[in-house]
Amino acid sequence: MSAQAGTAIIGGGIVGLCVALGLAARGHEVLVLDGRDGDMRASQGNFGLVWLQGKGAGYAPYARWSFQAVQAWPDFAKRLSGLVDVDLALCQQGGYEFFTDAAEYEAFGHDLHRQANALDDRLSFELLNHADLAARLPGIGQRVVGASFCPLDGHVNPLRLHFALRQACLASGVRITGGASVVSVRPAGAGFALLDETGRQTRASRVVLCAGLGAAHLGPQLEFRAPIRAQRGELMITERVADRLPFLSSTIRQVDEGGLQIGGTKAETDCDTETTTTMVGLAQHAVAVWPRLADLRVLRSWAALRVMTPDGYPIYQRSADHPGAFLVTCHSGVTLAPLHATRLAEWIDGDPAAPDLEAFDERRFALS
Amino acid sequence: MSADLVIIGAGPAGMAAARVAAEGGLSVTLLDEQERAGGQIYRNVGAVAGRGWLGADYARGGALVQGLDHPGITHQPRATVWRIDARRGVIWSRDGQSHVSPAAHVLIATGAQERPVPFPGWTLPGLMPAGAAQILMKQSGMVPDEAILSGAGPLLYLVAAQMIAAGAPPVALVETPTAITHALPKLPRALFGLPTLIKGLGLIARIRAAGIPWYRGAADFRAETTEDGRIRFDFTTGKQSHSLTCGLLLTHLGVIPQSHLTRSMGLAHEYDAEQGAWRPTLDPWGQSSEPHVFVAGDGGGIGGAEAARAKGALAALAILHQAGKLDAAGRDRRAAPLRRALSRALSLRPFLDAAYSVPSAFLAPPDETIVCRCEEVTAGSIRKAACTGAEGLRLMRTSLRTGMGPCQGRMCETTVIGLIAEATDRPASTLGPGRIRTPVKPVTLAEIAALGPQPEETT
Amino acid sequence: MNAASRFRDAPGAAPRSLRLMLDGVPVLARPGESVAAALLAHSGGATRQTPVTGAGRAPYCMMGVCFDCLVTIDGHPNVQACMVSAREGMVIQRQIGARRLGDQP
Repeated sequence: MSAQAGTAIIGGGIVGLCVALGLAARGHEVLVLDGRDGDMRASQGNFGLVWLQGKGAGYAPYARWSFQAVQAWPDFAKRLSGLVDVDLALCQQGGYEFFTDAAEYEAFGHDLHRQANALDDRLSFELLNHADLAARLPGIGQRVVGASFCPLDGHVNPLRLHFALRQACLASGVRITGGASVVSVRPAGAGFALLDETGRQTRASRVVLCAGLGAAHLGPQLEFRAPIRAQRGELMITERVADRLPFLSSTIRQVDEGGLQIGGTKAETDCDTETTTTMVGLAQHAVAVWPRLADLRVLRSWAALRVMTPDGYPIYQRSADHPGAFLVTCHSGVTLAPLHATRLAEWIDGDPAAPDLEAFDERRFALS
Repeated sequence: MSADLVIIGAGPAGMAAARVAAEGGLSVTLLDEQERAGGQIYRNVGAVAGRGWLGADYARGGALVQGLDHPGITHQPRATVWRIDARRGVIWSRDGQSHVSPAAHVLIATGAQERPVPFPGWTLPGLMPAGAAQILMKQSGMVPDEAILSGAGPLLYLVAAQMIAAGAPPVALVETPTAITHALPKLPRALFGLPTLIKGLGLIARIRAAGIPWYRGAADFRAETTEDGRIRFDFTTGKQSHSLTCGLLLTHLGVIPQSHLTRSMGLAHEYDAEQGAWRPTLDPWGQSSEPHVFVAGDGGGIGGAEAARAKGALAALAILHQAGKLDAAGRDRRAAPLRRALSRALSLRPFLDAAYSVPSAFLAPPDETIVCRCEEVTAGSIRKAACTGAEGLRLMRTSLRTGMGPCQGRMCETTVIGLIAEATDRPASTLGPGRIRTPVKPVTLAEIAALGPQPEETT
Repeated sequence: MNAASRFRDAPGAAPRSLRLMLDGVPVLARPGESVAAALLAHSGGATRQTPVTGAGRAPYCMMGVCFDCLVTIDGHPNVQACMVSAREGMVIQRQIGARRLGDQP
């Protein structure tokens, strides 16, 4: 069996589908090769934040890229809703970082000032001590020493985003093949030859590697360094609640169906199994932040793997050796989705109007 | 307090295992969700006298319950296990308090659940599984009033006979297509299964004698509520349409292993094509892919109460051997009669599985059927999503929320798999089992938080 | 909501000697039976409305699997009525839609 494609995208997660949608909108014929249902998928295990606070405090290009993404979200959501009848539940009404440790609170305040500098002070934020916070959120736990609040932060239903992107891609003429984990990709003639685990061959004139952690072994086949690693995040979801939680935070958020999602942990491992100790930590954190949550039932906890680069910022890499091959990898694929579906597609196309993404070149890791 | 062996589930397998293990010198903690030991099959058996109409098989459970009266056995009733942690032990809750029972060995004997029987209207008040009605008979002395029994399988005959004996005969028996003739070659060559078979024939004779209308080859189930709150049940037999009215519509299409706990531990599982369900992969002693974790009873594959009792005892012997309390020769000697009993108990199973296989309309029901009862997702939307890329259980769950409610997929997984299999023309065996995560039953944030960072133990 | 029960008592069944309240209405229960059983003996109607569409549901599996018997018992929302034994004086409410957050501690 074999297939032909103008552009083949390896990976049907949020990143891959955004790029596919962007290239399809630019008139390209696109094929997405997606893996098996049981593959590691950050797109189906994440927290759904459209988040700015703290992003790029130490790296101005990332601060600016994230800022643009957050600003672009409303239009992007409108564009998707024009393509498919799916409510993304986008809400950008500001979000909190809560701290139970005074030193961490203080350090984060410094980060926000650095981030604001990087953004020429377009980032507005507030730092609230416990008393200020308690005045604003009377249910806040005694152990919360302070919080930061950024009015630009928000969230979206990430599962519906993934679903909507798939439907939008299909509506835009993108072909999506599931159960097709790519095992090899190599330059062939003027393009590329891909082989998936079912034995199917695909020929494509361009290939964009959006395979998440899969890029670690596929990338080197196209002479990308792809220096990525897995970082586990654990999450929980509770039963539905009729009341609306009066805040959004980076660790506790209410999904639009009513359940509360709790998360934000980091562990350096590639095992995606939930652990008792982390569950305990998440539960203790949630109850410390908002004691009224204590009797909420957890329906499910899970773990998912972030795709991390050495410095935590994205890699957007055009192959020098094999023109037409691209590597796109990052965490925060939800926040960055609007840019991946527009500006990144321009960049892949070599459009003169495309942004300069030199700062996200993976050769930065060779220099350090 | 730490135990040598923690057993989860006080049905026939768990009770038999507890006794054998305790007699062999192990300290046993027996965790069970119910107030009284017995499991679903012997629900409430120790508590109530004067329920002769439930039959002699039910009363047999009494001896197993009495067997728990042993100084080595600590029975923890109303204990809901929600995680088994390799380091901490078995984590469970009662009355909002979490507990950890560390154990050198774990035996999971969580039994079966009824196979979901989805069709338009199955979520209405007034519809229940036949097994649920039987639980009400055993535990509450309540008998279905003006009920129809529908579906297939030996349990339907038993419930019908019990209802007749209790003076509340069913309005009708509506049986889906069976393949009894086709299954006849699977009858055991020896006469092992004969007593069970004769019992079954006796039940059928009682139903006939009571003059219960009996519809065979029924299909196209549909239920609606009438204005006065009763149930109108429409179905067809061949080209003929029927419409009956009843107070309660009871359905049954057999049982499947409860595998949420074993799956949540990441144990190896396999698809049993005859029974149309996944079960943990076990060796002949019930040992799972984790050496210190055993599974016995229907949770390891459907075999019924007598098989469960034998499997529980066999697992206990293997655990005694593993714990150094019984040498291999002693284990094997004591296992021999248990294996004969198990073989007898299982001898009819291939026949039953073949005779009462599940009609495909209940694996992939009509579009308007609510498949996921919690999130109210219909078969039609699942079909549509399957055709646009949601080709696996997880993609379906994240697309439509199937299995995301409090039952955690227990009531919809078999149907979601059936629908994806139909839409993508793949065998069900390639589509599961779904990944189960902690907690296996919903538990509060406070109960999780109370476990603390360090392993703790309580009794 | 108060359709006649779909069950009757078996011969020799013990008397219903416990008194529970369901949304302000007395419900009688037999010692040893579950709250769900008592509710089914009381009425054939819905004991909850789903959070998704508000559809009426009643106890279904009776063994803790389906979560269709969720009610509020003594102030605790979303409790599986089939897993709790009836006790004298229990105050039960039908679970209407999603639960509320607990009171301010």
